Amino acid sequence: MNRPLIVDNAHIVDPASGTDQLGAVLVEDGRISDLAIGGPAGVPDGAEVIDAQGLVLAPGLIDMRVFVGEPGKEYRETLASAGAAAVAGGVTSFIMMPDTTPTVDDGALVDFLIRRAEAQSPARILPAAAITKGLAGKEITEFGLLKDAGAVCLTDGAQSIQSSALLRSAMGYAANFDMPFVHHVADAGLIGDGVMNEGLFATVLGLKGIPREAETIPLARDLQLAGLTGARYHAAQISTAGSVTLVETAKSRNPRVTAGLSINNLCLNENDIGRYRTYFKLNPPLRGEDDRQAMIEGLRSGAIDAIHSDHDPQDSEVKRQPFAEASHGAIGLETMLAAALRLVHSGDLPLMTILRAMTSRPADILGLDSGRIVRRAPADLILVDPDYPWQVTEKSFRSRSRNTSFEGARMQGKVMRTIIGGRTVFQHEDEA
Amino acid sequence: MPQHSPARSSGDFPPFQQRHLISIADLKQHEIVDLLDRAERMIEISRQERKSLPTLAGKTQINLFFEPSTRTQSSFEIAGKRLGALVVNMSVKTSSVSKGETLIDTAATLNAMRPDVLVVRHSAAGAVELLSQKVGCSVVNAGDGAHEHPTQALLDALTIRNHKGTLAGLTVAICGDIANSRVARSNLLLLGALNVRTRVIAPRTLLPAGIEHLATEVFTDMAEGLKDVDVVMMLRLQHERANGKMIPSVREYYRFYGLDEEKLGHAKPDAIVMHPGPMNRGVEIDPAIADSDRSVITDQVEMGVAVRMAVLDALLPPRNDP
Repeated sequence: MNRPLIVDNAHIVDPASGTDQLGAVLVEDGRISDLAIGGPAGVPDGAEVIDAQGLVLAPGLIDMRVFVGEPGKEYRETLASAGAAAVAGGVTSFIMMPDTTPTVDDGALVDFLIRRAEAQSPARILPAAAITKGLAGKEITEFGLLKDAGAVCLTDGAQSIQSSALLRSAMGYAANFDMPFVHHVADAGLIGDGVMNEGLFATVLGLKGIPREAETIPLARDLQLAGLTGARYHAAQISTAGSVTLVETAKSRNPRVTAGLSINNLCLNENDIGRYRTYFKLNPPLRGEDDRQAMIEGLRSGAIDAIHSDHDPQDSEVKRQPFAEASHGAIGLETMLAAALRLVHSGDLPLMTILRAMTSRPADILGLDSGRIVRRAPADLILVDPDYPWQVTEKSFRSRSRNTSFEGARMQGKVMRTIIGGRTVFQHEDEA
Repeated sequence: MPQHSPARSSGDFPPFQQRHLISIADLKQHEIVDLLDRAERMIEISRQERKSLPTLAGKTQINLFFEPSTRTQSSFEIAGKRLGALVVNMSVKTSSVSKGETLIDTAATLNAMRPDVLVVRHSAAGAVELLSQKVGCSVVNAGDGAHEHPTQALLDALTIRNHKGTLAGLTVAICGDIANSRVARSNLLLLGALNVRTRVIAPRTLLPAGIEHLATEVFTDMAEGLKDVDVVMMLRLQHERANGKMIPSVREYYRFYGLDEEKLGHAKPDAIVMHPGPMNRGVEIDPAIADSDRSVITDQVEMGVAVRMAVLDALLPPRNDP
């Protein structure tokens, strides 16, 4: 049995309980056993004491959308490297997308991933299972067996199911097992050959545009089917102002509907593409500034529940291509929190709102007991210096890939220590 | 034909500040005028019996075409040879790309051959820009996807200037597949930079988003759009657009958007007709119009060589080696 651990003199920010004051947290047997809010804690005999020196103590982040190369493309990312990247970014748990080779559409593979992740990753890796076999959008997988094997939710990852009839069937069947149904909304026909947001900027660059309606039309369909079937529906990532309105309206009638947002769509817009910078080629595409502002407002109003990294490691071979031919995706595990803190420093959003979307709301959606600083919750915690200045450089990444959309960005705020199950799994060199 | 500005020797022009010619958007107004003026001199050279200048003697020009274009490639080849360069044509379509070589690999290979200028055509927007970042020589964009074709816009402007005497005060209508046309984009940028009024005319399906910010006026009706214009610039319709998705048929397209006598009648009586070629006669243009006195299409081809000579001359100034 490990020694008890006290994190003392911390600025506890816990969105689940609304706590935002100095205090201490006592950890025993990997779980939070006591809290001292408003002052220092008594120290049990033999306890390890961490003096937080006023740094923010928050629940470890839960990232709902992470692509890992393993199995199949280990040169891009492994469970071990993704886990190392995660804890350096303050992510203590992440949902691993099923878009691997082979696809995670079988209980045996879920079981394998859980065992391998436990052995190799410092972060908790929670596998998602595919909705359809091979992500082909044709036949649904064995939802019940996949849940038994340990899959935490169902999703076709980066793929979007086009058939409304199949979606209805899949959502209805998922409701049997009360599994979160996470769907990337994209109308393949409207996207066509599109590679970036449709508008003047795409026209000037001579690139095919993706209209906002390629997201809002399938989203409107999904939200109606969620009401029809009773599924626990989560729109994986929305990017347009129209989508925020649709989700708000749906939520007023159906509390089982939630929505997520990529950190990229929260912090960047289409102009960041500049002269064909492929690290900014993302799915969904970076939208206009009005849409980005709507994302901020959606987080403020609660229409958007979760911020995720959309961590998608891609090698230079597929990224150093002409824009239209390059692959989508950017890594994000190590920069998600710092990028989100920009909005706190700019006064756009309070820290509590940002953290809620990365901790307690994802936990609620997925039915996890982590993501909160309350008694008996897993002791998954991060110490954050919200003012720490640093610059993103490729060579500092723990991820095996380098395709960051924040290369060279100046950040303010860094994770100083990450604790999972009461054990320190990451410590920044500058932590006192 | 109106009088040109007096011919000047190459040395009369101030040094050109750009290293590459990727996009009209990179050029300042005076640089565009500079290139047009240089091209005037090149027209004279090309019309002489001895059609050469030693400007690029000892230099190597590689024409790197990832998609076939006999006209543009030949134009660049003649331009380079008239300036004394060693010109090498490379067609990449069937060789390295099909073996899985990336554009970056190609760039590295070519760079090792130490060319002085690469003339590049590629089917992807931004590909020429990407390549220019990886090589040590000057790069000229000979067309990248639906992005830009800057020398086409320059030769179009030169053609208009030579026929109208000036660009000031003119109204130019660009008609047809605006959405997929690099020629349209470069022309809108160039004419806009020279304060020429531009119109675009096309069915809604062939108009890209936000085009109203690039053109002064947007029309979907040829009669309205051509009213009182000085220049009618037709664009080639790619056959794959006429498959029932963007437009229902070639027959219908010609009826409503093909340039014929009746539609041209809405333009000014002395309006000229242009086309970047190759033309689809009977699709976007009536053969009788294409071959009429109002057509300046063959002049455009001649201006093309002159403009490309001017661009090469500007990008590769003679060095005074010690």
